[in-house]
Amino acid sequence: MAENAISKQCVVIGGSAGGLPGIIYILEQLCPDFPTPIVIVLHRRNDRDSTLTALLSHKTTLLVKEAEDKDVITPGIVYLAPADYHLLIEKNYSFSLDHSEKVQFSRPSIDVTMQTAAEAYGSGLITILLSGANADGTAGLEATRHNGGISIVQDPAEAFAPFMPQSAIDQLVTDHTMNMAGIVTLLYRLLVGPVTHQ
Amino acid sequence: MEAAVSDQQINLLLTDLLYVYGYDFTAYAKASLKRRINRLYTLDHFPSFAEFRYRIRSDENYFNRFIEQLTVNVTEMFRDPLFYQALKTQIFPVLATYPFIRIWHAGCSTGEEVYSTAILLKEANLLHKSILYATDINAEVVKKAAAGIFPIHQMQQNSENYQLAGGREEFSQYYIAGYDHVLFNEILKKRMVFSTHNLVSESSFNQFQLILCRNVLIYFEKDLQGRVFALFDESLDKLGYLALGSKETLKMSPMVSRFRQVDTEKIWRKMQ
Ligand SMILES: C[S@@+](CC[C@H](N)C(=O)[O-])C[C@H]1O[C@@H](n2cnc3c(N)ncnc32)[C@H](O)[C@@H]1O
Repeated sequence: MAENAISKQCVVIGGSAGGLPGIIYILEQLCPDFPTPIVIVLHRRNDRDSTLTALLSHKTTLLVKEAEDKDVITPGIVYLAPADYHLLIEKNYSFSLDHSEKVQFSRPSIDVTMQTAAEAYGSGLITILLSGANADGTAGLEATRHNGGISIVQDPAEAFAPFMPQSAIDQLVTDHTMNMAGIVTLLYRLLVGPVTHQ
Repeated sequence: MEAAVSDQQINLLLTDLLYVYGYDFTAYAKASLKRRINRLYTLDHFPSFAEFRYRIRSDENYFNRFIEQLTVNVTEMFRDPLFYQALKTQIFPVLATYPFIRIWHAGCSTGEEVYSTAILLKEANLLHKSILYATDINAEVVKKAAAGIFPIHQMQQNSENYQLAGGREEFSQYYIAGYDHVLFNEILKKRMVFSTHNLVSESSFNQFQLILCRNVLIYFEKDLQGRVFALFDESLDKLGYLALGSKETLKMSPMVSRFRQVDTEKIWRKMQ
């Protein structure tokens, strides 16, 4: 898998309170040859255990791993931001970790990953913001659009905690507002082509 | 949100730092560097990039602030307590067999890591024959580390970490509490040598049985990481130990073949 060519496209998914079910929903529907790397930034407790990685591994045939410093971002892999570090994306499509100040009371910060991803991937970036109770992610979606990428939010009416997606909608930084089923359909339409899935 | 300072402008600043001050940040991880620089630019309300650049070039005091803000200095005592437990249970018994123990804390920041190690050495009855060199690129943090004065509000957390690291004594015996600060004991400080040292440009200055460089290398690009590993290799005795931060690894370096990972914690032993 590590032999795969570098992808010029990437999907970054951000979630906070109530974001996990949405992430699982997306992972469950990804085909084994899904063409772009997926990076997940989920606010969570600061622990060293790998429970979340294990949990998500069971939901997809793709490899799920915690993002490591200097990893080259590779298709076929679902990367998880480690607890208590910011996860940054470099222009050579690799990760770097950073333990600087929290942003929007969060580390990892969804904004930080999405902003750096936007600069690295430009129009090849798709960002998805799910349920959450704070405003993290809004600046990330803004950066996505500014650099030519596509930003999607979960419909606040469907989200467990609507604040996070609503905040992005209020700031007019979203291209699409959809329920989870719509998000997955859109991902396939944008990345896999007009074939029907499952 | 458009970043205020562009990549091209950052390259200008990095070139200035190199030519005006001799500090080479060109091989630091760019995304993080860019965030730090933009953060400072906003924090200090510069009206234009030109003024920012001019200030850094011409005002040495501001340059010092710039360096301080560029680097991430976050640290705490017994950070990752399980790491210290491994140090104590797996490394110290080996170090104990040496007549004299030399330890290097590279990138020590404000010194919390050095005091933590010294405390555990003392409890293992090894401090009297140890010397701890503590270095950092940033003169300001080295000064703080040498003073051994820390905010009192951190002591609760420090004490908890100390217990988790396997500390068995009364943590408060290691310092004298003032109104809002504490002063760590002379007996710990007596075994420490503080100095500035730039891992990018300066060479090896001694041979060590243990080098700790934790949470420094994540801010470097891979090539620079490799060069710093070579510096550590050169500075380590045969059978010496190298300890890295929890998100850092020797795994990707060609040097790894000559080292053996000691524990699930990030500690490697130089085998040849
Ligand atoms: C996050 S702190 C790590 C402190 C401590 N080792 C720990 O793990 O808690 C990183 C330190 O590395 C220092 N540093 C950055 N670049 C350096 C260089 N080129 N040479 C020496 N130290 C450097 C910074 O000044 C900062 O104090």
